[in-house]
Amino acid sequence: MSDFRIRTHPIIKVTPAVKIKFKFKGKELEAREGETIASALYANGIRIFGRHQKDNAPLGIFCANGQCDQCKVIANGITVKACMTKVSEGMEVYPLEGLPEVPESNGNFEFQDIKELQYQVLIIGGGPAGLRAATVIGEKGVKTLLVDDKNHLGGKLVLQTHKFFGSVEACYAGMRGIDIARKLEEEVNACPSVDIWLNSVVIWVFSDGKVGILRDQKEYILVKPEIILVSAGAREKSILFQGNTLPGVYGAGAFQTLVNRDLVRAAEKLFVIGGGNVGLIAAYHALQAGIEVVGLCEIMPEVGGYSVHKEKLLKLGVPVFTSHTVLKVEGSEKVESITIAEVDKNFIVKEGTEKTFQCDTVLVAVGLDPVNEFYEKAKQFGIKVFSAGDSEEIAEASSAIFSGKIRGLEILKELGLYEGQIPSELYETQKVLKSKPGKIFEMSYPNIKQGVYPVLNCVQEIPCNPCTTICPRDSIKIDGSIMNPPVYTGGCIGCEMCVAICPGLAITLVDFRKGEPIVTIPFEFNDGILETGQEVEVTDRLGRVLGNGTVIGFRYAEKVKTIPVKTKMVKLKVPREIAEQVSGIKITTVKEPISKNANVIPDDAIVCRCERVTAGEIRKLIRQGVRDMNEIKAITRAGMGACQGKTCTNLIKRLFKEEGVKEGEFTEWDKRPLFMEVTLGTLAGIKEKKNEK
Amino acid sequence: MRNEYDVVVIGAGSIGVPLSYFLGKKGFKSLVIDSKASPGQGSNKAAIGGIRATHSSPAKIIIGLKSLDIFRNWEQETGDDIEYYQGGYAFITYQEEDRKSLKELIKFQQQFGLKIDFYEKDEILKIIPALNSEGLLGGTYSPEDGSASPLLSIESFYKNARKYGVEFRFNEKVESFNTKDGKIESVKTDRGTYYGKIFVNAAGGDAARVADLAGVKIPVMPDSHEGGVTEPVSRFVEPMIVDIKPEKGSKNFYFYQHKTGQIIFCLTPDPPIWGDDTRETSSFLPLVARRMVKVMPKLHYIRVRRTWRGLYPMTPDGNPIVGYKGYSNFFQLVGMCGQGFMLGPGLGYYISEYLEGKKYEEIETILKEFDPDRKFEAEELLK
Repeated sequence: MSDFRIRTHPIIKVTPAVKIKFKFKGKELEAREGETIASALYANGIRIFGRHQKDNAPLGIFCANGQCDQCKVIANGITVKACMTKVSEGMEVYPLEGLPEVPESNGNFEFQDIKELQYQVLIIGGGPAGLRAATVIGEKGVKTLLVDDKNHLGGKLVLQTHKFFGSVEACYAGMRGIDIARKLEEEVNACPSVDIWLNSVVIWVFSDGKVGILRDQKEYILVKPEIILVSAGAREKSILFQGNTLPGVYGAGAFQTLVNRDLVRAAEKLFVIGGGNVGLIAAYHALQAGIEVVGLCEIMPEVGGYSVHKEKLLKLGVPVFTSHTVLKVEGSEKVESITIAEVDKNFIVKEGTEKTFQCDTVLVAVGLDPVNEFYEKAKQFGIKVFSAGDSEEIAEASSAIFSGKIRGLEILKELGLYEGQIPSELYETQKVLKSKPGKIFEMSYPNIKQGVYPVLNCVQEIPCNPCTTICPRDSIKIDGSIMNPPVYTGGCIGCEMCVAICPGLAITLVDFRKGEPIVTIPFEFNDGILETGQEVEVTDRLGRVLGNGTVIGFRYAEKVKTIPVKTKMVKLKVPREIAEQVSGIKITTVKEPISKNANVIPDDAIVCRCERVTAGEIRKLIRQGVRDMNEIKAITRAGMGACQGKTCTNLIKRLFKEEGVKEGEFTEWDKRPLFMEVTLGTLAGIKEKKNEK
Repeated sequence: MRNEYDVVVIGAGSIGVPLSYFLGKKGFKSLVIDSKASPGQGSNKAAIGGIRATHSSPAKIIIGLKSLDIFRNWEQETGDDIEYYQGGYAFITYQEEDRKSLKELIKFQQQFGLKIDFYEKDEILKIIPALNSEGLLGGTYSPEDGSASPLLSIESFYKNARKYGVEFRFNEKVESFNTKDGKIESVKTDRGTYYGKIFVNAAGGDAARVADLAGVKIPVMPDSHEGGVTEPVSRFVEPMIVDIKPEKGSKNFYFYQHKTGQIIFCLTPDPPIWGDDTRETSSFLPLVARRMVKVMPKLHYIRVRRTWRGLYPMTPDGNPIVGYKGYSNFFQLVGMCGQGFMLGPGLGYYISEYLEGKKYEEIETILKEFDPDRKFEAEELLK
């Protein structure tokens, strides 16, 4: 039987779960108690969950977040979203092929009135920004409701197994995302005036100032807040290419949910589109989960994410194709291959540069958009509203934490609970934390060849300072802003704390004290991949093979000072002349492309995946002179599906742009309720009496 | 050169677009002006899509029959699928007094040859098995009524009108009229001036303002209703279900299963919400969901996908205003009271005939019943 579970993970503790049985298409399968149907199916190697009513296209996981309905299945006779519904003992699951039959009902209900509750502050989203804001507000005893659609607090932090950047003082830099989430959660739990609703989705902000919330997936409640803080995070952008809706093509967020939350090995061979931090990190997480990463492509000449994140991949031997775009993804029912090609400076594909790779999963990580509809609606309706974190502006989680703090103070001020001015330094710090990565300087290696000293493979302007904070000898310094790369100033005692804390895994320690050099590098992979005495290929920071080294030992740092870094390090004996350059161990072998001729048919690409509307259909309307997105919607149904235009809105705007129609020359469509589908029964407030499944 | 037209229609909605189609077909040089960006962006797209002839006044029945005829044959005529589905209408009742008034009404409707009957509880359950049988007292069923997509319909009328040479100007707001010798000479928008022989006010919820620009007072005032649509499911209900029983917060409500499987629904708030506010409210969903689930329990499984709020351009007696008013060439085609989508094609057809100079019984009935200068007294029995 195919097993797609992650049994061991270098960072996440795999706890044993109760095993239960369920059936898919009558076949008995095993699931872990508490997991969703979607994860259970994936863990059993099932990728196709149903077929679309329009063209019978195979459907599977897309958002893994209840926002679309691509993963709908029939569970015990009722149509459910597989990503939102827990699997249960004996559950009979069938694929949803075409339109669902509505089960009969005996109508034996009681109705309860829809509750209406008052709060001073409603915080939408319990990620880094929302949690920090909730604590700031909660510490003053403000009656606050924090709502999150997940079953845990922390937002995407809980999927982030890597160490975070930023400043140690402002936002827990050096700690792993999962640990930061726990810390933020503990802080908010200490505030008794903050109520927390998990598994609860804000359905809409209405013009009468009330906010509809689906609590715990079953009860509809209206909340009337004085002030709303939108900290709902971001959603992933999408791009168009042939085969973009094949099962196996999805967003990095959904992938991280499957892999890092549900410990499902969601892919065997992965290709990543997009070299922002999200794509780079997702690829790294995949490697940690034992998934082969075939490659990553980025259309720009340099990745948009931190260079150190890219280098983490290069050092392990994963190819990063810059100035490359995706042409198509192919497969008969699910992803089997991807074809990419090089582009020129105008982003035009260079003929003859096509490369096709075998893979079973393609992650689309081409950037994020703020989830800002609640903010916009509240503004439009004259409700007092703030936004923080990615909902306000896309940046790192470290910046989100800090913006949550500032918004919290601003809300206190609005409520008359903060006197004086909010210090301008806070805004200054926030500005630094949200900085995009900047200039890359030339790397120069020290050539001391005696004693012990760190090599800082850190040459890009990014907001980060843990190494300078942690060094007990104060030997690593940053001149001025934390954006500047750090400099080693001498006096190293070889404590390895900088190696252990560096979020970029960019610091190595070179030790000549015993003659032959020993290099310590961080290595965040499962035990067993490397053994003492093993000969390995070592690379420099850009993945260039320098030669061979020998593993002579390991060290695990649970904490450095008080910061939980949980970092494994490996010690290597390496040739003297390359010691300073050694930065990584190559663990993957580069896959050669299987060559094929690429034949692009972008008109085939599906723009609206809910209603299966192609780029060609929309392009034709734009060419006929349609300049109102509402009209495109009326004619094609694009944007009318379950996700309510969350994916296709930007794609259609891009098609306008491609056709030479600028923003402002066409009318955008209106955003309408609901944010997520809710059953009529829940909205009606029914309580089932008896005898109904 | 002046922009000269035979007919200038103000409003590219449920009324103006079908009218322009029939005018174009007859060879009138026509222009349609709308302040929105494309056809049907006012109340048309808020319509839920029901089409019936089973009204309670002669003129509406005449128009309804013609509309049904046009919708039914549309795909054959134009090749465009507008998702027409002949599922019928059913007014169901759980109260004795409604049962009586429905029975009275069908007698009147049957006189016009409309296919409609009252069915007792067990019989109506055969037609609509999913209804809640508890307390059900039967209902009417008219199998020849139906539904279509307002979005696709107006697009198709628009596309075909342009084929006949009708011009459309979007994103243009009417600012004033120039009048001369008891006639309107031209209309001025924020982008241009257009001359015409006849001006038609088909401005829906904005009709009173448009007429007022020419100094003409018409008693049209919009109120607003919210509607919504669910995910699509396999067909399990044929007719549009209308429940006329008032409950706290609402008068009647209705829903049907669209050709493509979605349940589309709407509710009449009580008291009415006057004005042109179309922003979403928090009260609609709990109210309508409960009423729907009570009447048809299995609806509770189905997910609501989207809601919206549209305008019912109301008149004091609940009937449209059709005819010249204020100027001898200023034709009012307004006050559809929420039935613009279903009345539009039939009305457009007859009025295009009238503007061509034809006059026969159906046209006379319409013009008499919907006379702009009538006394607005009678209230329609069932809307």
